[in-house]
Amino acid sequence: MSQNILCTQNPVNDKEALDALLKDKRGQQYYDEMTRLEVDTAALSKSLNDTCHSRIRTWLELCAHCGMCADACAFYLSNEKDPKQVPSYKIQSTLGEIVRRKGNVDNALMRYAMDVAWGKCTCCNRCGLYCPFGIDMGVMMSYLRGLLFSQGFVPWEMKIGSGMHRIFRAQMDVTVEDWVETCEWMEEEWEDDWPGLKIPVDKENADIMYTVNAREPKHYPEDIAEAAVLFSIAGENWTVPGEGWEETSLAMFAGDWEGSQLQAQSVYDAMDRLKPKRMIVTECGHAYRATVIEGPYWTGQKSGKTPIETLHYVEWVAEALRTGKLKIDPAKKIKEPVTLHDSCNYVRNGGLSQCGREIMSYIAEDFREMTPNGDHNFCCGGGGGMNGIGKYREERNTGQKVKRDQILATGAKLVITPCHNCWDAIRDLEEVYKIGIRWSFLKPLLLDMVIVPEHLKPKEE
Amino acid sequence: MYNFLTGPLAWFSFLVFFIGILIRSILYIKGLDSNLDRVTYKVNTSFGIKEAVRSIFYWLLPFATRGWRTQPLMTALFFIFHIGLLASTLFLKAHNMILQERWGFSIITIPDVVSDYLTIAVLAAALVLIIRRMALAQVRILTKPSDYLILLISIAPFLTGFLAFHQFGNYPFWMITHIISGELLLVVIPFTKLSHCFLFFFSRGQLGMDYGIKRGGMKRRKAMAW
Repeated sequence: MSQNILCTQNPVNDKEALDALLKDKRGQQYYDEMTRLEVDTAALSKSLNDTCHSRIRTWLELCAHCGMCADACAFYLSNEKDPKQVPSYKIQSTLGEIVRRKGNVDNALMRYAMDVAWGKCTCCNRCGLYCPFGIDMGVMMSYLRGLLFSQGFVPWEMKIGSGMHRIFRAQMDVTVEDWVETCEWMEEEWEDDWPGLKIPVDKENADIMYTVNAREPKHYPEDIAEAAVLFSIAGENWTVPGEGWEETSLAMFAGDWEGSQLQAQSVYDAMDRLKPKRMIVTECGHAYRATVIEGPYWTGQKSGKTPIETLHYVEWVAEALRTGKLKIDPAKKIKEPVTLHDSCNYVRNGGLSQCGREIMSYIAEDFREMTPNGDHNFCCGGGGGMNGIGKYREERNTGQKVKRDQILATGAKLVITPCHNCWDAIRDLEEVYKIGIRWSFLKPLLLDMVIVPEHLKPKEE
Repeated sequence: MYNFLTGPLAWFSFLVFFIGILIRSILYIKGLDSNLDRVTYKVNTSFGIKEAVRSIFYWLLPFATRGWRTQPLMTALFFIFHIGLLASTLFLKAHNMILQERWGFSIITIPDVVSDYLTIAVLAAALVLIIRRMALAQVRILTKPSDYLILLISIAPFLTGFLAFHQFGNYPFWMITHIISGELLLVVIPFTKLSHCFLFFFSRGQLGMDYGIKRGGMKRRKAMAW
């Protein structure tokens, strides 16, 4: 038996285990232990029997090895067309191998599979659109992540992230108290400029329950204040839940389906408790994917939908502009060339491409599309958790070349990124490639150009 | 020999082919799982069916999807190969004469000269597909010996049929190898990647349902551009 302490098959369920992992700088000991982690082949084989059914088995078998998926992949194109980055190769040499060997695989293959599943694929699902058979290698990569997680072969940061969700019901150590305090703090901080600004916590029967990404209370609390101001200007009756406020799911990126279920359920419980009419998710892509698209399945919602209607923030903004709840001052529209990055998670995988275009028609005078865009957009390079994994930082940076060239081709210097991961990735892209761009969420831009009703303006002294 | 090949062995081949297709299709559908696949096949089914049909339809038309348009060479090869293969087999006068003789019906036929050109096109496309497989690094890395074997099994009836029709050398020999290779093709289809001739519709349709039901199908304001 291996003597592993940090790198084991057990998920992180308590603070002690979490702290031990956090203390291990950059996961050095963790990855060292991983080289000695035994594969429980019996469990893996059982797992395949129980969960790998006709869809995935047919995909693996049917693949005609035609290579048409190659050019669909941002990582293949960014890595000078390295054949090892062909989506079909990536999945056949990992999951395909595990399935062919009926789970009877060794440590080396599992570690290789980890490097591929998290370091060469962001589960953007673009390849599925380019395979004549509709073989979605992103879906299979996500399934593979689940198998790897159950065996303990998961990047250090993902193990931590999954543990955070299991312990805090948030991707970071933000407690309910921290969250509520942050809301109060933001109210006070912004009160001078926005008299009477409220961030109502746990208000029942509101029209909107707004939920966020834990990074907002932890690192960008002004994002919450901006959302509050925009809701106020639009005259919305809204609230945030005290518990169940976190939409994101590093557990999903980690392939920790149990953690994913716990996380999504915490939001649905808040819906049940507060009985709002609709829920709105902040400008985050994977949060929407996790809680709105996949979450209903993890939590056994028979309808395949969230218990109440849910909108992504871009849907709400488009609606507010359309209905006149938010009015843009024509003089303050964005004059310079501006482009929009589509988040794979709510655009290709959520059908919301038109919302972004509608918003741009209201706020930008010189909107320039990237090519391709919408359902066929390329990943920013940082999706699927790759942004947060130190071990694959170089892979992430290289993988961004396609996005870099797409942005450069538009000639725009401002990139609107209504997604936390994409926002981070584009920021890092500028840091690495220095192409002279700026990047922004929608909220601060809207705040600069929206017409503010008199009662929300600060009183003259 | 000829009687055996066109009698019991033909029956056997067609039975394996049709029963194989049937069983594999049933197994595919039975193996779909709303919870594991995370697609509610039985809720909002109409959205799923609509996108499944659209997805299949667009992928059956040359250059109708972005995938086809971005790879024109492959697309041309693909459609020449598949259309030629189906048309020259199903609409061949000689095949329809056999149908008429044995079963008392036949379907539309095309002139022999057209069948001839289609057969040549199939063989030429197959040759380019083989060259493509060897020449392109992104295809080479995926290629296994079985990929060549399956392609050879697929084109053998066309090559032998062509040689028999034109009576190159030994006609009875080419005729018999044509029948054997045709029957071999029918038998291997359900057990190999060639099962894509029917599983394509299921696999393609499944992803269509996935997008139609779950991945934005009910929110997409502009129809999905496949």
